[in-house]
Amino acid sequence: MKYFYYAGCSLEGTAAEYDTSTRAVLRELGAELMEIEDWSCCGASAAESASYLLSMVLPARNIALASRTGVEADFVVPCSACYLNLRRVGDHVHRDEALAQRINEVLSEEGLTYQKGLKTRHLLDVLANDFSCEDLDERARRKLSGFKVAPYYGCQCLRPYRDFDDPQQPASMDPLIEALGAQVHPWSAGARCCGAGLMTTKKNVALRLVGDILSAARGADCIVTVCPMCQMNLESFQSKISRERGEKLDISILYLPQLLGLAFGISDRELNLHMNLALTEPFLHKLRTITGC
Amino acid sequence: MSTNEPNTNASPPGTRGADAMQTLAGRLSACMQCGTCTGSCANSESMDITPRHLWRLVQLGLKDCIFDSATFWICSSCYYCTLRCPRGLPLTDAMGELKRIAVAEGLFRDRTSPLFYRTFLDTVRRYGRVREMEVMARYFLALRSPAVSAGFTPLGIKLLMKGKIKPRIPVMSGKGKLGPIYDKVREMEARS
Repeated sequence: MKYFYYAGCSLEGTAAEYDTSTRAVLRELGAELMEIEDWSCCGASAAESASYLLSMVLPARNIALASRTGVEADFVVPCSACYLNLRRVGDHVHRDEALAQRINEVLSEEGLTYQKGLKTRHLLDVLANDFSCEDLDERARRKLSGFKVAPYYGCQCLRPYRDFDDPQQPASMDPLIEALGAQVHPWSAGARCCGAGLMTTKKNVALRLVGDILSAARGADCIVTVCPMCQMNLESFQSKISRERGEKLDISILYLPQLLGLAFGISDRELNLHMNLALTEPFLHKLRTITGC
Repeated sequence: MSTNEPNTNASPPGTRGADAMQTLAGRLSACMQCGTCTGSCANSESMDITPRHLWRLVQLGLKDCIFDSATFWICSSCYYCTLRCPRGLPLTDAMGELKRIAVAEGLFRDRTSPLFYRTFLDTVRRYGRVREMEVMARYFLALRSPAVSAGFTPLGIKLLMKGKIKPRIPVMSGKGKLGPIYDKVREMEARS
């Protein structure tokens, strides 16, 4: 299976471990990733505050770059915000024909043309639907038995587009976690918001949301995420939140492909667990009993 | 806004004010004030007026009240309201539209969010991609708030130690990698 891989800016920086673990896991599963030459930022949540047209042009530029190769393949996008931005271009153009012309008038500055057709998919969609549980079970050489994992989906891979899961009670990660021999932590916080960019601009609002999520995860060994923004928000302020709430809320936070990679036996050179900001000693101890190192 | 903020080409003018408000009111005319949006909002407790209340003000065209409120800046785009709205209204997009109008017309009291977005977009114009460390450094400089910067210092140090962010030499001159695209957007929006 071939995909256009749109990493997005975070995966070049603060989420480097998400990039390397995603690549390694997809390689193990037999997927081929095609790089998008000269890709650029999707506009994140910033572009819409400046200009609607810019918020469409920035993601469309990347789709145009991929279309130019003539290869027909789905986009696979690990960041939920990038996924949503790329995904909504197709949707908005579908509803407004004149928009495509406006986008292309801008893109002609670079000799590019946006065309409908290439499908944008979130990494979780690909992991949950393009491979069978047997595929995963087979590759999971080390079963993660005894691990209780809280699947955290966040928002923008689920809403507003219901591409692959229930947008309020998502469950697409459950079979993946179970195929690794781990247990799913039962909770209802998986589709709640982490505050996203408010952590930078309205920190107290975001800290309240993260605190509620961490609190709901008590009893789990770790939370797994599928978005660099969610990961950063959940892992970065645990001690501050614990102090403010007067309860111990530290918990390990991993990207989903890192968890898969641990079970697949992928080396730390590619999983880069040492880059995670929140890995607790009890979690690492449990991991050592499984990996034997 | 202060003149000391970064000089940026990042904010092409949007649709002109009165038109934009009318268009938005039209898109939300079917709102029946049921309050499902408020009940679904992760952040309504932190807002000065609820989303339901805000949509009523938009319907009535009460611009002063709308932009006196910080409610739309506290939307974290979780899309629960959009998902659940029984009228199927694009409420999260409407929050975005209000941010756009506020930025275009300078209608905000707290400049943190507009400043952050501007800094972010200007970095994208220069390099085509985000340089996280530069965005944050320039944002904190422009914000001139030692308290806010201090709140992020421990995280910044952690990220540096982990090798997740790298100091790079900023390029301050030139049109920028995406300059032609930004200029074209600005030109098209000025004529529409």
